[in-house]
Amino acid sequence: MPVSAKPGGPPRGRPPRTATAGAARVYLAVAAGSFRRYSTYRAATLAGAFTNTVFGFILAYSFLALWQARPGLGGYDTAQAVTYIWVSQALLVTVAVWGGGFQDDVQERFRTGDIAVDLYRPVDFQGWWLAGDLGRAGFHLVARGAAPMIAGALVFDLRVPHDPLVWAGFLLSVLLAVLVSFGLRYLVVLTGFWLHDSDGVRSVMLVVSMFFSGMLLPIGLFPGLLGEIAPLLPWASLVQVPTDVFLERSTGAGLLGALGFQAAWAVVLLALGRIVQLLATRRVVVQGG
Amino acid sequence: MADTVTGAGAETLLERARWSVRAWWLMAGMWTRAVMSYRASFVLMLGANIMITSLDFFVVVLMFQHTDRLGGWTLPELGFLYGTSGIALGMANLFVGSTDALGARIRAGTLDTMLIRPAPALAQLCAERFSLRRLGRPVQAAAVLAWSLTALDVAWTWDRVLLVPVLLLCGTVIFSALFIGFATLQFWWGEAKEIQNSFTYGGATLLHYPPTIFAKELVAGVVFGIPLAFVNWLPALRILDRPDPLGLPAAFQYASPVAAALCAYVAGLLWRAGLRAYRGTGS
Repeated sequence: MPVSAKPGGPPRGRPPRTATAGAARVYLAVAAGSFRRYSTYRAATLAGAFTNTVFGFILAYSFLALWQARPGLGGYDTAQAVTYIWVSQALLVTVAVWGGGFQDDVQERFRTGDIAVDLYRPVDFQGWWLAGDLGRAGFHLVARGAAPMIAGALVFDLRVPHDPLVWAGFLLSVLLAVLVSFGLRYLVVLTGFWLHDSDGVRSVMLVVSMFFSGMLLPIGLFPGLLGEIAPLLPWASLVQVPTDVFLERSTGAGLLGALGFQAAWAVVLLALGRIVQLLATRRVVVQGG
Repeated sequence: MADTVTGAGAETLLERARWSVRAWWLMAGMWTRAVMSYRASFVLMLGANIMITSLDFFVVVLMFQHTDRLGGWTLPELGFLYGTSGIALGMANLFVGSTDALGARIRAGTLDTMLIRPAPALAQLCAERFSLRRLGRPVQAAAVLAWSLTALDVAWTWDRVLLVPVLLLCGTVIFSALFIGFATLQFWWGEAKEIQNSFTYGGATLLHYPPTIFAKELVAGVVFGIPLAFVNWLPALRILDRPDPLGLPAAFQYASPVAAALCAYVAGLLWRAGLRAYRGTGS
C-alpha cells in the first residue's frame, strides 16, 4: 500500500475487510507517513534543535538567578527549576505551543480550496489530521526534545527521573498534551470555515497558549486570581502538567489526577471539535469553476 | 535613474549606498500600500504583535513579584535593557527582517527574478513583504524604555545622554548585520532558517537580562565572538553605573560604533560570498 508523504491524499488501496481494522491501519499509515515527512528535513531539524538549545541556555540562567534570589520558590528546588526550562523547551515544538503542525497544512488547504477535496474523502476529517499530528509530535519529541535536553544536562545540574514508571507516566502525559493541543488547534483551524483565514485567531491563541501553558513561567508563580484560574484551563495540560510529572511533583494519586485532568480536557476539546466540524461542513461553499 | 545603476566602475560607495536605500524605500512603500488595502487585518495583526512582544516583559514583571533584584539589578534597570534591546531588534527586523525568506526564494527560484532587476538584490530582499506591523515590537519596547528612564535614578552626564541614541543606532546596525549574515547561510544550507533566530531573537532575549546572571564564558562569547554585548550590555554598564562582570577596560563601553561597523562589514562580505556561490537552477 503506497503511503503519500504529502499532507492530504489518503493512501489508495482496496477497501479493507473489517471497518475498524481498516481504519486503524489507515490512521497508523498516516501517522507513520507524517513522522517520515518531518524527518526528511534534516538541516531544518538540526537548526531548530540548535535554537531550542540556545533559548534553553538563556532561560535556564534567568531561572537560576531567580531561584538564587528566592531558593525553593513555588516548591521547586534550583535543580528542578533549571530542569523545568529544559523540559519545557523539549515540549515547545512537540506539543506545538506556538501553533503549527497540521494547522499550517489545513490553513494552506483553505487558501487553495483543497479543503473541499478533504471533506469528500472516505476518511474522517478530524481523525486524519489527528493521526498526522501524532506522527509529527513523535518525531519532534525525539529530534527537538532529546537533543537540547542532552546539551542542557552536560552544563547544568538537571533532575532526571530514574524510575522507569515516572518515564512511562511522562510519555503518557506528553501524549495527552498533544491530544489537548490538537483539540485547541483544531478549533482554531475550524474558524477558517467562517473567517476564511484563521491567522488573526491564531495569533491571539498564541499569546494565551504561551502564557497559560506555563511555557514562560511555572503557573504556580502567577499572582492572585491568575494563579487560581490558570491551573484549571486546558493550556496547563500542554507544558505545566507533563513537566511536573517529569519532575516527580505529581506522584501516586497526584499523578492519576494530573493525567485525568489532561484526559478530561482532551475528551471535551475533541468532542467540541466534532460538533463545530458538523456545523462548519454544512456551510462549505466551494468556489470552483 | 538608469544612469545611477549602470557604470559600476565610476560610481562611488556613497552613490551605491544611496541607490540601495532609495530602492529599499520605493519597494517598502509599495508593500505598505498593498498591506494598507486590508486595513482591519493590519490593525488586528499590529495589536496581536504588540501583545506577543509584551508577554516577555510581563514575565519579567512577574519574576519581580517574587524578588526585588535579579542578578543584583532592579526592575527599572532590566526595563532599560529590555527596552533598548527590543528597539534595536525591532528596528532591524523592520528594515531587513525579510531576509529570512532567502532559502524559500532560492527553492522557489524567485531569487533569480531579483538578480535580473536593475536594483540591488540585497535591498530587494530586505524590502520584500515589508510590513509596518513589525512596528509592534519597537513601539512596545520604546514604551518600556520610556517607563524605565523615568523610574531610574541616573546621574545624566553628557556622555551618558549621548550614549542612549548611539546605542540604539548601533544596536539596530548590529542586529541588522546578524539578520543578513545568518540569512546568508541559507545560500549553502537552505533549510537553516532557524539558526538566524538563535542569534537575533535569542540574542535579544539574552540582552533582556543583566550580564551578571550568565556564566563568564557566555558573556565573553558575546563580547568577542558574536558582539551582542555592544548592543546594550556594555553601554548600559556606563549609563547605569554598574561594575563590569568581566572587568574589561572602560573603552569597551563606548565601542559600540566600532562593533557595529565591523558587523556590517562582515555581513557584507558574507552576502557577497554567498551571492557568488549561488547557482540558479534555471527553469
